[in-house]
Amino acid sequence: MSPNIRIALRFLTAKKSAMLMSLSCIVLGVGLFIVTQATTSGFKSYFIKTILGTDGAVRIQDKMQSSMQTIAAGGADSPFEIQVQNGRKYIDGIDYPVQLESMLRTFPNVSAVSEVLHGQATIRSSFMDDTIQVYGIHLDDHLRVSDLGSQIVEGSLLDFRTNPDLALLGREMADRLQLKIGDSFQLQAADVIHRYKVGAIYETGIEDVDRIRLYLNMEEARSLLKKPTGASYLQVNLIDKDRADQDAGWMEQVLQHSVASWQYREKTWLQVFTALSVSTVITVSVFTLIAALAMFNTLAMIVMEKTKDIAILRSMGYTREDISRIFLWQAAIVLAIGSVAGCLLGFGVTYAVSQMPLQIRGIFATNHFIVEYNIWHYVGAVATAVVMVMVASLLPSRRAARLEPGDIIRGTAQ
Amino acid sequence: MKPEHASDVALRCAGLHRSLGQGAARVHVLKGVSFEAHRGQVYAIVGPSGCGKSTLLYLLGLLDLPDQGEIWIDGRLMSNSRDAERTAARGEHIGFVFQFHFLMMEFTALENVMMPMRKLGRLGPEEMNARARHLLGEVGLGDKTHRLGTQLSGGEQQRVAIARALANQPSIILADEPTGNLDVRNSAIVFDLLTRLAKENGQAVILVTHNPDIANRCDHRRPMRDGVFV
Repeated sequence: MSPNIRIALRFLTAKKSAMLMSLSCIVLGVGLFIVTQATTSGFKSYFIKTILGTDGAVRIQDKMQSSMQTIAAGGADSPFEIQVQNGRKYIDGIDYPVQLESMLRTFPNVSAVSEVLHGQATIRSSFMDDTIQVYGIHLDDHLRVSDLGSQIVEGSLLDFRTNPDLALLGREMADRLQLKIGDSFQLQAADVIHRYKVGAIYETGIEDVDRIRLYLNMEEARSLLKKPTGASYLQVNLIDKDRADQDAGWMEQVLQHSVASWQYREKTWLQVFTALSVSTVITVSVFTLIAALAMFNTLAMIVMEKTKDIAILRSMGYTREDISRIFLWQAAIVLAIGSVAGCLLGFGVTYAVSQMPLQIRGIFATNHFIVEYNIWHYVGAVATAVVMVMVASLLPSRRAARLEPGDIIRGTAQ
Repeated sequence: MKPEHASDVALRCAGLHRSLGQGAARVHVLKGVSFEAHRGQVYAIVGPSGCGKSTLLYLLGLLDLPDQGEIWIDGRLMSNSRDAERTAARGEHIGFVFQFHFLMMEFTALENVMMPMRKLGRLGPEEMNARARHLLGEVGLGDKTHRLGTQLSGGEQQRVAIARALANQPSIILADEPTGNLDVRNSAIVFDLLTRLAKENGQAVILVTHNPDIANRCDHRRPMRDGVFV
């Protein structure tokens, strides 16, 4: 062990209560940083998982058409005309989904594509009528771009796959209409009325989806909505979902259809989560700031109390750098202990929080706190503490190093 | 200019000037002091309070910088050297004994004596331990090596300080009122120890004292008044 560390360790005991105060603040700062990040990013990740599992990474809809405008130079009768692009016009739906699908499969990041047809309908149960959205899907394709398989809470997809008279209803829709598996109901779109049975009930946790979305097999949906060709949109799954934004831009240029990535679609909620995460970091960093101030105060007191020891050390050949390091080591030792204890506290509290019951429905469905164990939360917490505490320790350590041993012994050190 | 008989002269200074204080309160403490200390000799600097004895000692120990003049340690000019060189010279060539002992109270007697050896790094851990025990035995504290500074009497603390000053076998021992805080019996013990060990090791001892008995027992007595030797 270097002499500087040996001395630093012994000096730590000089101000036990003040050092314990700094240590406690570091432990709290690091621990709470980890817990808040684990919960906010846990909810954010779960939200992203839910929306990806419901609406996919990328959605392609509406054909784009460039609209042109003519400018005539020298009045209306002038033979000199130029055409300028005046923007874009969107035409609802996708006319040739099969061709678009085959083009999409050439994108290296695309893993699956599902054709979806949707339209408005009225549902009639024995209990009440309601307006809903019918979604026609090819089940196997759709299972590859969504988590519909794991979102089924009642019934089975096996029957739905083989029986065109079955429909998949959202949890809220089924509850509101008091429909159970096997119950019969009518769907009316324009002048077409078909009768179906409840094949399965799904729950995404997204209220807007679970309340109004009803899935039918594609052929049934075409028949009901009287749309024998085309699709409303294509739902696309990606291998690297974080690249959805870049891929969407690329697809839009190549396919000439409007393309929306999940980041674009859910921009508002994602910004809310980011703001929440940043605000909690700022809040819990106050603890770390207090730890830094406490460390500054403690070291400043130790420097004042140990001026004679500093003079002795300097008279024995200890350099200014040695003196500075002795005080920085004290901060580093407390910081190391505080960081380890803080990480353990953070982990423990994160686990305890994850066991707490909490029922949320609306943007996702959960019955308990959602946390995310991420090494970067620990790295971030420790890095924040290291920067704040070490910066706060620099000033007293430099002051100690600047002390002149002659002045101390003479009793004139400032 | 290099001093003559450099090998015999452990320390030499010439024309030292030093003023202390700020502004109107600034006092010209040392007014051109010259001095030479030979190995194996004990020097007493005596004089009234405020005559500049301690100021001279701190300059000679490279703890302070002169405003003017030169200081040679073991034939090497140190007065104009950088802080790092003066610090290294203190660790290697100079041992200090202060009036108020200045032990590091969180450390045991043994650790206090090992402190300068650890910094110099000439010896291994076992050798350092053995030398510190030997030195503490020499000053009569062989049975109190593991006592903290707070568990030692004033006389014992000063003996530990002497052992610490001798730890790196320096060529110069500088002592500022080493017996000033001790009773007569302990003063005699401390002085005898200091001079005996220094002479055995061929070290130059320069001590500042108000005690005429101590001063008279030194090899050389250098009275000071108003910043100059008289």
